[in-house]
Amino acid sequence: MINDTPLAIGGRTFRSRLMVGTGKYRDNAEMVRAIGASGAEIVTVAVRRVNLDRREPEGILHHLDPQRFFLLANTAGCYTADEAMRYARLAREAGFNEFIKLEVIGDQETLLPDVAGLLEATRVLVGEGFKVLAYTNEDLITALRLEEAGAAAVMPLASPIGSGLGLLNPVSVRTIKRRLHVPVVVDAGVGTASDACITMEQGVDGILMNTALAAARDPVGMAHAMRLAVEAGRAAFLAGRMPRREVAVPSSPAEGMLD
Amino acid sequence: MTAATTIAIVVNGSTRTVPDGATLLDLLRQLELDPRVVVVEHNRAIVRRPDLDQARLAAGDAVELVHFVGGG
Repeated sequence: MINDTPLAIGGRTFRSRLMVGTGKYRDNAEMVRAIGASGAEIVTVAVRRVNLDRREPEGILHHLDPQRFFLLANTAGCYTADEAMRYARLAREAGFNEFIKLEVIGDQETLLPDVAGLLEATRVLVGEGFKVLAYTNEDLITALRLEEAGAAAVMPLASPIGSGLGLLNPVSVRTIKRRLHVPVVVDAGVGTASDACITMEQGVDGILMNTALAAARDPVGMAHAMRLAVEAGRAAFLAGRMPRREVAVPSSPAEGMLD
Repeated sequence: MTAATTIAIVVNGSTRTVPDGATLLDLLRQLELDPRVVVVEHNRAIVRRPDLDQARLAAGDAVELVHFVGGG
């Protein structure tokens, strides 16, 4: 067991440092099993039009118990501050909580954030009482401005959404973590368990992932691996790694060798 | 039903007809949607659940009905 404090965001505390998305699973039953195996408490959802031509219920709440999971709505797919704010307000009206994972996307190919729009929307939504978890790039200055704007958490990417490239810029993410007071949760880009472990070893407060589970050959097995990886990475960070050396240092005594 | 007793509105981007004088709650009932799992926007303004039976629809109104779906 590790001696750790719970993750605290926006006045709420969570035991798990792994947050998971609910998109792109092959079917809902597999999604529910994978989320269970991940141990996540916070699960993200998107706001979309009800499909009026469909007969069977398609909403995520038919599959996920909102009493058991903390639903974190996102503004995925929004390309302007105004659009993101509209989605955030609709999400809050659903009546679960005032948290929003704020995305203002700036480019269709990379899905990298429009940081000007993100800052503007953060300021307005914080003023309206939202707890904003802001999806951003790994730029320190943007992260600092988001904190100043009142973000409840800052969420730098490991690598582009859905890319599975892992943590491309550990130095920048470490710098952001060192300089911010609000929680830093890495969002997007983790591909496999070692990526998650390395990310947590940087000292960040948590990780949010979706595709790494949904697109794994066995999402439930990968969710289990990610749970262990996040816990291992966190434990290793808290334990403090040994210094790196570029020469060998023997582990066994140099004395007592036979003639 | 004659043309005079229905009005055309736009729901989630598609034109639909509802009886003249219908409220948003009537619209949800017509679409067999549970008001507890849908958020309603009426001409770009959110309408809270307790007010759905007060908000009357007029010809040309735009209504958005949204809910939570899987996402990351």
